[in-house]
Amino acid sequence: MAWTDYRFDADQLSLRRNETKQATLPVATAAIITDAMTLIDLANPTRFLTLTARLLPWLAALTAILLLIGLYQSAVAPDDYQQGATVKIMFIHVPNAWLSMFVWGVMSLAALGTLVWRHPLADVAAKAAAPIGAAFTFLALVTGSLWGRPMWGTYWEWDARLTSVLILFLMYLGLIALWRAVEDPSRAARAAAILTLVGAINLPIIKFSVDWWNTLHQPASVMRLGGPTLDRAFLIPLLVMAVAFSLLFVTLHLAAMRNEILRRRVRALQMMQARQRPA
Amino acid sequence: MSLGPYASFIVTSYLLVMVVVLILIAWIAIDYRRQKQRLRELDESGIVRRSGGRAAEIR
Repeated sequence: MAWTDYRFDADQLSLRRNETKQATLPVATAAIITDAMTLIDLANPTRFLTLTARLLPWLAALTAILLLIGLYQSAVAPDDYQQGATVKIMFIHVPNAWLSMFVWGVMSLAALGTLVWRHPLADVAAKAAAPIGAAFTFLALVTGSLWGRPMWGTYWEWDARLTSVLILFLMYLGLIALWRAVEDPSRAARAAAILTLVGAINLPIIKFSVDWWNTLHQPASVMRLGGPTLDRAFLIPLLVMAVAFSLLFVTLHLAAMRNEILRRRVRALQMMQARQRPA
Repeated sequence: MSLGPYASFIVTSYLLVMVVVLILIAWIAIDYRRQKQRLRELDESGIVRRSGGRAAEIR
């Protein structure tokens, strides 16, 4: 039994066996049904909603605590000998910049889930992540710009790093527009998944743009082969903020996925209601 | 804590991040309430899920 032998039932919020495919399955696959069912259960939207309801309060609390610790550490971090207090912008700029790429990475995995495994929650995950990723990318761009003005003397420069991140932001907006333009979620899912995978080409370009081209932007100072070049006084608050923002993403993403599942249930029930009305 | 001559850039950055994150949280919370409201309305109109469960039953 494979993922593709099930289809997402938005009405019942459950996975239903695809009867057509079931008929063509070889008998030998029955032996792995038990194992596969364990995985299927994890993908069941009903179980997902139950799990989300349990997890969200804890995740939200943990995120809030870590954000408070990170903000305190950022506030008491020493000034940089060159940048002065503007180094504090790094503690919010860098986590947002990392997440702008990480969220697209998550969406790319979800796109594979949609196209290859037809996972019932894959498109839900990708669609729910896009506005959050767009917000993180927007914040990375604007905080970078606000950091750039005092340090570089300009808010914006059309160099490789800044331009490739701007392209990432525009791709997020394009994907959101695509999902909104197509009413039927299953029809939008495939097109969005292809666009997401094509857009993933931009991720290594963003990452290595500072090495491949001459840019105003500094090269990597944390995620590099020789280890971080940042002093511990800056590195620790930065990592705490990065973990806090990552948890914020997970929390918001789970909540947005829950909303998307409910939206699809509403749509399915509205269609059922329309069919039941007398002509 | 002195933020030096570029305090406005630092404060604006932090305020902006706070505002955008709060907007995200509010948007998701409002959307959740809206979907639950729509499900309640469908429930009241007598629409029943194929499983036999109530429309507004979230779990």
